[in-house]
Amino acid sequence: MIGLHHYLIVSAILFVLGVLGILLNRKNVIIILMAIELILLSVNLNLVAFSAYLGDLVGQVFAMFVLTVAAGEAAIGLAILVIYFRGRGTIAVDDVNRMKG
Amino acid sequence: MIQLLVFLPLLAAIIAGFGNRAIGNVPAKIVTTGALFVSCALSWATFLPFLGGEAAAQVTPVLDFIRSGDLDVQWSLRVDALTAVMLVVITTVSALVHLYSWGYMDEDPDQPRFFAYLSLFTFAMLMLVTADNLIQMFFGWEGVGLASYLLIGFWYQKPSANAAAIKAFVVNRVGDLGFMLGIFGTFLVFGTASIPAILEAAPGMAGSTIGFLGMRIEVMTLLCLLLFVGAMGKSAQLGLHTWLPDAMEGPTPVSALIHAATMVTAGVFMVCRLSPMFETSPTALGFVTFIGAATCLFAATVGTVQNDIKRVIAYSTCSQLGYMFFAAGVGAYGAAMFHLFTHAFFKALLFLGAGSVIHAMHHEQDMRYYGALRKEIPITFWVMTIGTLAITGVGLPLVGVGFAGFYSKDGILEAAYASGGGGAMAFFVGVFAALLTSFYSWRLVFLTFFGKPRWAASEHIQHAVHDHGHHGDHPADEDAGDHAHDDHGHHHAPATGTGGYHPHESPWVMLVPLLVLSLGALFAGLIFHDQFIGAEGGIEFWKTSIAFDSHLMHAAHEVPTWVKFSPFTVMLAGLLIAWLSYIRHTEWPAQFVGTFRGLYNFLLNKWYFDELYNVLFVRPAFAIGRFLWKRGDQGTIDRFGPDGVSGLVAFTSRLSVKLQSGYVYTYALVMLLGLSAAATWAIAGR
Repeated sequence: MIGLHHYLIVSAILFVLGVLGILLNRKNVIIILMAIELILLSVNLNLVAFSAYLGDLVGQVFAMFVLTVAAGEAAIGLAILVIYFRGRGTIAVDDVNRMKG
Repeated sequence: MIQLLVFLPLLAAIIAGFGNRAIGNVPAKIVTTGALFVSCALSWATFLPFLGGEAAAQVTPVLDFIRSGDLDVQWSLRVDALTAVMLVVITTVSALVHLYSWGYMDEDPDQPRFFAYLSLFTFAMLMLVTADNLIQMFFGWEGVGLASYLLIGFWYQKPSANAAAIKAFVVNRVGDLGFMLGIFGTFLVFGTASIPAILEAAPGMAGSTIGFLGMRIEVMTLLCLLLFVGAMGKSAQLGLHTWLPDAMEGPTPVSALIHAATMVTAGVFMVCRLSPMFETSPTALGFVTFIGAATCLFAATVGTVQNDIKRVIAYSTCSQLGYMFFAAGVGAYGAAMFHLFTHAFFKALLFLGAGSVIHAMHHEQDMRYYGALRKEIPITFWVMTIGTLAITGVGLPLVGVGFAGFYSKDGILEAAYASGGGGAMAFFVGVFAALLTSFYSWRLVFLTFFGKPRWAASEHIQHAVHDHGHHGDHPADEDAGDHAHDDHGHHHAPATGTGGYHPHESPWVMLVPLLVLSLGALFAGLIFHDQFIGAEGGIEFWKTSIAFDSHLMHAAHEVPTWVKFSPFTVMLAGLLIAWLSYIRHTEWPAQFVGTFRGLYNFLLNKWYFDELYNVLFVRPAFAIGRFLWKRGDQGTIDRFGPDGVSGLVAFTSRLSVKLQSGYVYTYALVMLLGLSAAATWAIAGR
């Protein structure tokens, strides 16, 4: 029987993968966007799992919100990346450090 | 009337000073000089009734000055015989100096400022002498100090003038500290700053003691000595005299007004004003006598070897002030004031005369480059001679007729002899100083007006001739061949020593003050001696304004004949020595210098006072200043204060700059760590 804790473990694994994807990735900013997506999905999984477990629909409603926001975020992020690529000719993470103090 | 007399110069100073360029030279000069002549007329109108003895002392209140607790200081103008004498001296000399400056400062670009300062000085000096309480006197005291500073440093482009001005101010601070402590002490003891109240209470305090610096000291002695330190500073007495010769950096009219006739006599005035107080302390009077006699001797010896014409007269002033002080010290306040009065005329005359010589010699002040000016500037020569006759005290002892200095100086010496004790010592010192006075005064005259011209070696004269050469002498060069036989040749013959220069007599605006002052030098003694130092006339004249000692004056008239003749004799001796050394045997001075080189250097370097003070005070002060600057200020306060804080900010910002790598993932990591920490704290901290 698949219980709540299985969902939570999967969700945690996804979350950690997403975080590592942000921290360890040195190649491509798109991968950071994907990793953020992964983190959001793990949160969604959490929300849905608790919603089913507690019998409360609010969690699933929130999951829908998160999906919507994530879609918008991905669209804006990719748009910024396209503009950035036009300007700088690269989207390698190690080259994106114009904010260095 | 007295308000007008005192405040008119202030008004003129304000108009001329703030108007400055806006109102121009001539209006500024007219306003200040006019105001001074009005003041002068009013002063004589105030003074003359005192001569007959019919005028009484009066106090005119002006304002409330300070009212705090027990301290109630009125701003009021006190006029008695003593003040009246000072009023006449100040306004007369000041008015004449204003007039003289029309000519002397004619080419100066800053004339309104000069005249404003002169008038400001006159106001402050009038404030000083009309003071009814010590606070007001201190106001005037500092006012004249300020004006003196401003005028010494009038030519502020000259570094030496600035240095002299600062020196005068700083040395006077030392004296003023004593004066201030004296005022504080007086208020502490008497509970009032009003001079009449203090003088009334002073005899009652004689003999009581006060703790000072851990010792029990007689209170009146202490107060008198502290106040006298103030007088020493202002009147350039031995120890605090170093500023006066340097003050000659100022324009010559300033030297005549401030550093000869009026300001430097403020100390004598103060001692006379407080004479009932000084009378309660024989110790203090002894000290005054000693300092006076020592200064008299010191300055006279130094005066004999100086080469700068103004410095000779400056040391002469210093020496004459010594006479005034030891006269006050032996109790002959009338004689001190009399010498102050006559000295103001003949010393202002000598200074203005020297100014006229300097003017004629194109700002050359070194007497070694003068000579033979008798024929070139005859009026200046005659007034200088009158001044010299007055200062050396020429007169007939038994007949009792002579120049101004004859009455006052002989009066002082006789009173000193008559007072006995320390006074008799002062008498001998004074007689010796009179010999030196006669010598250096005639030396000045002989070097300047007699002998052969020695102008050619002077740089100032060379400049003057050179400037003229382009305009005047050129045609003479061109047709030199035609006129070689006539006396054009002496233009170009340095052998005559003139260097082709022609001194010119000063304009009338400078000569008139000289002539008026020479009247004073001729007759001031003859006319006023009975009122000032006569045994009966003195009581009538001075009344209670000074502690006039009629018995002493009686005794002074009864001194042995040899005492009466001794100043006369040494005066002749001084004249003879000067004549022999500078006219008859002109090689004598050089021989003397060759024989007594040590003594000569000692005198030429003014007894090494400046060097001594340099080692004792100036260098340590600089060392302390440098220590506090480098170690105290820069090393401690700045290092841990402003510099420390700014350094800390820079350091931490350098650290935090390193945190800001610009990589998104480091920010994300930090955010994550922070979030985890916050979450951990929220969960575990419960």
